[in-house]
Amino acid sequence: MKVLVCIKQVPDMESHFKPNGSGTWFSESDLAWRMNEYDEYAVEQAVQVKEKLASEPELTVLSIGPDRIGEALKKAMAMGCDRAVHVQDNDSAAKDPWQIASIIAAYAKAQGFDLIFTGMQSQDRGSAQVGAIVAELLEYACVTTIVGFEFTGGAVTVKRELEGGIKGVARLKPPALFTCQLGLNVPRYPTLPNIMKAKKKEIQTIAVADLLREEPLSATTSFHAPARKGGGVVLEGDVGPMVDQLLAILREKTSVLR
Amino acid sequence: MKALLIGEYREGKLLDTTYELLGFADQLGAEAVMLLVGSNDRLPAYGGTLYLADAAKCGEYNPDLHKQLILEAVGKEEPDIVVFMHSSYGWDLAPRVAANLRASQVSEVIGLSGGGFEVGCCNAKMRRTVKPATQRAVLTIQAGAFPVQQPGGAPQVQFLDPCGTGTVEFIGYEPAEAKDVDLTKAEVIVTAGRGVGKRDNVPVIQALAKALGGELGASRPVVDAGWLEHSHQVGTTGQSVSPKLYIACGVSGAIQHLAGMKKSDFIVAINKDRDAPIGEIADVLVVADVLQFVPALTAKL
Ligand SMILES: Cc1cc2nc3c(=O)[nH]c(=O)nc-3n(C[C@H](O)[C@H](O)[C@H](O)COP(=O)(O)OP(=O)(O)OC[C@H]3O[C@@H](n4cnc5c(N)ncnc54)[C@H](O)[C@@H]3O)c2cc1C
Ligand SMILES: Nc1ncnc2c1ncn2[C@@H]1O[C@H](COP(=O)(O)O)[C@@H](O)[C@H]1O
Repeated sequence: MKVLVCIKQVPDMESHFKPNGSGTWFSESDLAWRMNEYDEYAVEQAVQVKEKLASEPELTVLSIGPDRIGEALKKAMAMGCDRAVHVQDNDSAAKDPWQIASIIAAYAKAQGFDLIFTGMQSQDRGSAQVGAIVAELLEYACVTTIVGFEFTGGAVTVKRELEGGIKGVARLKPPALFTCQLGLNVPRYPTLPNIMKAKKKEIQTIAVADLLREEPLSATTSFHAPARKGGGVVLEGDVGPMVDQLLAILREKTSVLR
Repeated sequence: MKALLIGEYREGKLLDTTYELLGFADQLGAEAVMLLVGSNDRLPAYGGTLYLADAAKCGEYNPDLHKQLILEAVGKEEPDIVVFMHSSYGWDLAPRVAANLRASQVSEVIGLSGGGFEVGCCNAKMRRTVKPATQRAVLTIQAGAFPVQQPGGAPQVQFLDPCGTGTVEFIGYEPAEAKDVDLTKAEVIVTAGRGVGKRDNVPVIQALAKALGGELGASRPVVDAGWLEHSHQVGTTGQSVSPKLYIACGVSGAIQHLAGMKKSDFIVAINKDRDAPIGEIADVLVVADVLQFVPALTAKL
């Protein structure tokens, strides 16, 4: 059995974002990078599948991007992935979800994965498209937004999260793709011995040109900060005076202080 | 321009968001036709063409079958855009339909701008303008971003008959976890976000809630990490609240959180990041470390 998990490296969302030179995405200077939060759940689920199955499936982690994504791939291997595929692409941020999905599908097609895990969305672009498009291109069964996963007797039973906390329960058979939602599991922290072990695992590098055959279907024409509505008061400075200012505002504007 | 709108139906009911799709088409000035996998007994109140398939036959969640039905309606109507809600139903189906049509998909549209669509990015901190490069586009729209069209009229129904079974077998629904805390009645809610740092700091937030005679709320990561029970969660997958005072402590303001609390009468946000999107809806944004500010505030009450 073979399992694939797809991850994206994204900036820390607490960063200050500035438009890049072309004004169509953020400038990469002064950013700290990490694994997309949703993808941590995907990696954890893939590792749990591997640990549970006696057949010890081979677990591959794949990411598309520039050199810096090596860090995210190493983290995934320290969490338990066996090998990594780095699709080298210095311009991955300019690719649309259709192209990213096409690249993944082009790689996966020849490999015959039984299970594929992705995040439900990337935190920076947040399109929630790549996973489902990959499934469509590979003609795999697919369920998005899973918060529960159980693999027994050759079939997978999943729970998908719906609005208001209701869940939908569904069953499907491999080959199948799942997009993982927050709370699906508790992603592990890589331990020091596993970080050391991960250093010895293989990272295969593939040039993006070898996999990409598609033109983008959409274009980002502008990246910008939202217009501030400007109605709110912003308090800054020392804690003591801010507490007094806030209390004065609450006394004036609300009826909750007794 | 012609829009094919994909209505939503769940647990035997037509969802009200269906009227937001009509509001969106109206704002675009598009001619609207609709498709619904629902029931002839619960038709949407609108005066146009409705392609209807029976949910009792197709299943309420059957992505392969629903996709086929949508593609069939696309073939008949040749719409310029196919529009879904950005909901668990919409984001699941839209990419499948788009990939089949080789059409551009724009996700979670919040506005229109110069021939393109405005969408959020970077956890709602920033915006992008996206333009489809294909003739036909698939869109998902953010709940609440476009006005609801008042229901009225009766549709001309064209029945669609599904064929085949699909690769995903829908088993049923599991109800939301029982709520032992009813946040909807609270006058004051003080919410702990991931910015409180760790479980051991939650009592600091709880102390403020108590001093104000209010309830303790939580953002999703706080619940996912097990610091608080799900019954405290505010947002699209938690509770929707509208207290007199809502204090968000270390909450960034992601759309799914805002959807559950933006109707609060007065909103205070305490965040060390001046750019945090919660600042867009807060009446007061206190730029500070929660662990310094909150205890100091509690001490003065
Ligand atoms: C389908 C779906 C449904 C979802 N449903 C919900 C839902 O119902 N409810 C919900 O809340 N989320 C929901 N989410 C998740 C949501 O998208 C966000 O990930 C989540 O709301 C973020 O929570 P947060 O603001 O606590 O954490 P973060 O986004 O990590 O923000 C932490 C904030 O704390 C600030 N901070 C950090 N340290 C300090 C400090 N010492 N002092 C002051 N400030 C500090 C940071 O600047 C940051 O703004 C959902 C997501 C999806 C995809
Ligand atoms: N550059 C990438 N490399 C590998 N996987 C990706 C990449 N971009 C997106 N993905 C996967 O697709 C999911 C959804 O991304 P998106 O459609 O951009 O919201 C992510 O959670 C990842 O699992």
